This record gives sequence, structure tokens and C-alpha cells, in this order.
Amino acid sequence: MTEAQTYSFFLGCVMPNRFPNIEKSIRVVLPKIGIELEELEGASCCPAPGVIRSFSEPTWLAIASRNLALAEKAGHDIITGCNGCYGTFKEALLEVREHPDRLKEVQKVFKGLGLKYKAKAEAKHLIEVIYDIGIEELTKKVTRPLTGLKVGVHYGCHLLKPSKNRPWKQTERHTFLDELVELTGAESVPYKDKFMCCGAGGGVRGSNAPVSNDIAVEKLDNMMDVGVDCVLNVCSFCHLQFEVAQAQVNKELGEKKYQIPVIYYTQLLGLAMGLELEELGLHQHMIKTQPMLDKIPE
Amino acid sequence: MEKVDHAFVDEIVKAGADRIRTCIQCGTCSSVCPSGRRTAFRTRELIRKALLGLKEEVLSSPNLWLCATCHTCLERCPRQIKVTDAIIIMRNMAAEKGFMLPEHRRASMKLLETGHAVPINTANREKRVSLGLDEVPPTVHSHKDALDDLKTIMERTGFKDLIEKQEAEK
Repeated sequence: MTEAQTYSFFLGCVMPNRFPNIEKSIRVVLPKIGIELEELEGASCCPAPGVIRSFSEPTWLAIASRNLALAEKAGHDIITGCNGCYGTFKEALLEVREHPDRLKEVQKVFKGLGLKYKAKAEAKHLIEVIYDIGIEELTKKVTRPLTGLKVGVHYGCHLLKPSKNRPWKQTERHTFLDELVELTGAESVPYKDKFMCCGAGGGVRGSNAPVSNDIAVEKLDNMMDVGVDCVLNVCSFCHLQFEVAQAQVNKELGEKKYQIPVIYYTQLLGLAMGLELEELGLHQHMIKTQPMLDKIPE
Repeated sequence: MEKVDHAFVDEIVKAGADRIRTCIQCGTCSSVCPSGRRTAFRTRELIRKALLGLKEEVLSSPNLWLCATCHTCLERCPRQIKVTDAIIIMRNMAAEKGFMLPEHRRASMKLLETGHAVPINTANREKRVSLGLDEVPPTVHSHKDALDDLKTIMERTGFKDLIEKQEAEK
């Protein structure tokens, strides 16, 4: 394995403030595979690419640039575990790099605040950094193969699109996350409309829960049709969506129809590395993870 | 009959959706839209109305807020129109005109006050402690000076005024 790389860890909102169990799993697992995290003190909301950007694009660009400026000052690239935050940073960097006048506009907003910003730091999704380590290297870390576990992989949207501003070699039918899941010994089960949205973004989750839940349910139904043991994600907002939508829809139905454990990638990898449930926050889920854990061989 | 605003599409083009005039109304955008599958939201119709200059109708429609920004239409558009960008541009115009949804106004208020659109709460403070994490994350939540800087930025970009104006008008 190559020497440890250090990144400024950008938390965002949903992860530290609603699903700290995911944050925990990231903090525990990443250093064990050679990725060091440094705190990005004083960072804020990214802000959300489909929400705040929809209300005031200049505000979105300025706040995103402030977060990137903090990483620039620390001398690291930003690493995030949320597709939304990732989308914001990728788009905000592209905007100021393609339009120098926008960079000047941001610098003007920063005047007197001691913030230097040249758009030098890159933004990476943690799954991108993990994938760069290589399947072979990562497989060496597996001590408890998750044989027999059927996983419904959910990539999410902003991790992949707009494809012109993303690092993946393909624009559609990606396989990198499936490869990362299968190195744990689990099986990534194909299902209908796998690359469909979770339904949370663009302010839909907040303003129109019935539509948002209905989109999530369509995906969950498709996963249930092929008998998955869990839905696997790499985004704190997709994670929230699948947890909350199942709970809300069950309440409306008056029956616990939707009980698919929602697992973040570092939790799955951590399990395969032999880590304990509590270290991975697997005991703090809205949808109980025990049925899935019971399927993992001792 | 509604007033036609021919400058509407120029504004959208100027704000970055530069290929919008090349739309051939093929409907690919509507056919791949996860929100359109279950609602009356039709991306093709939205683009057509924008091109026709039906500004008021477009900006006042609640349907404008049904896009989940999944970018599938943008990826598939045969004319390579940045459809999602166009929607975000129109949403910015709608917000300026006071058509923000109440839930979005509330999330914006939280951002203005705390620096997080989704701030920490008691239950999650406890969860953090039980996980061995800092009770409050090392974000603006832990740094008042950083929050002050952020508030200055939101004043300078006009965000504070924009949201407070909506609060006053509701």
C-alpha cells in the first residue's frame, strides 16, 4: 500500500447532525486503509446543491468556496462522504475555474475575512479515494468475508452526474461500487432501475414528502423483488432518505412492510475487516440491522 | 391571457443554460424524470413555456419545485441542454419573486442562524457522545467566529435579505 494520504474531512449537515453513526464508521475505517482525516474546523453546510443553490446561486457559490478555502489553507484536498456535498464542491470548483469573473466575485465577498481562495484544493468523494487504493489491496484487509450477503447497491445521483465533471471512466452503467461491495465477499444483486434517484434531492424531501417517499419506495420495491438483505449507499442524504422513507411509509401503511437495513459503505467494509458493530455505529439505525447481521457467517 | 415576456429566455441563457433555445421538444427529459413518473411535472412543458416567455406561469408553478436534481435529463438530452441548470436558474428567479416554498424558507432560516441547513439537536448530541465522538461537531457549531464570518458572507450575497423578505411576505 502507498503511504498514507491526508485529507480535510468535510462533514456537512446530515452526517454529523442526524447520522453520526456513519461519521463514526468513516473515522474508524478510513485510517485503517491508509486514509488520514484532518478536521476541517469551522466548516459549514456545503450548501446543498439542489436546495440553497436553487434559492440563491451566488450564496451557494460563496459558501461552497469558503469551505474549499478552509481546505486550501490547510493544504489538503477535501474529502466528503455525501454525494450532495460532493456535487456542490465539484460544480463550484468548475464554475470559478471556467469563469474567472466568478472567482473575483467570490473573493470580493470574502474581503476582510482573512479568507484566501484560489480554487487550488480538489474535492474528492471518499469512495473515489477508496477505489483508488485498488481492489486487490483492499481485499487483503478482509478478515471476515460477508459470504452470502445480498446487497442492493445504490450509487445516488450527484456522485455520477453531470458525468462531464466527474472522474469516472464510464458515464453510465458504473461498476466501481459493485466491485467495492463484492471484495467484501458479499454479492451485489442487480435490480430494476438501479441508477435511479433516491428522491431526496432538489428540496423534494423537505417540501413534498409524499412524492419523495414514493420515489424511494419504487427503488425499495425493486430491491425487495430480488431479495436484498440491505441497501448500500455512499451518501448521507440518500442514507437519510432510505431510513426515513421506510419508517414514514410503514407508519402510513400501518404495517412494517419496509424493513431493509440501510448500510453505508464504510460500515460494510468495516464488517468485512472484522470490526465490531458499535465501532461502526450499526446499533444506531432506524431500520434494525440485526436481520442482515444474522446472515453474516461467524 | 398571460403576458408574454420575450426576455425571459434571454435571462435563462445569460445565467448559463446557453443551449436551451435548441430544444426540439423530443420529451426525453420528461420520459427519464423520476418525479414526472408520479406527478404532473413535465420537464418538456416547462422548457417549452420558458421558450414561449410564459414567465409568471413558470415561476409561480409549484411544479418547478418537484425536480430532485438527479441530472438524468441533462445527461440524456440529445441537444445537450443543461436542463437541471435551467431549472435551478428559474428557481432562483422564482425565489427572487417571492415564490419560495415554506419548508425551503425554514431550511434557509436555519442556515442563516446556525450555518447548517440541518443543525444539531439534543437526540444527536447524545448519539454522538455514545459513539465516542465530540458532542458537537467541529464545524461552525463549535466556532462562533467562523459562524460570524459565514453570516457576513450571507449578508453580502443578499441571502439574508432574500429570506427575511420572504418571511415578511408570508
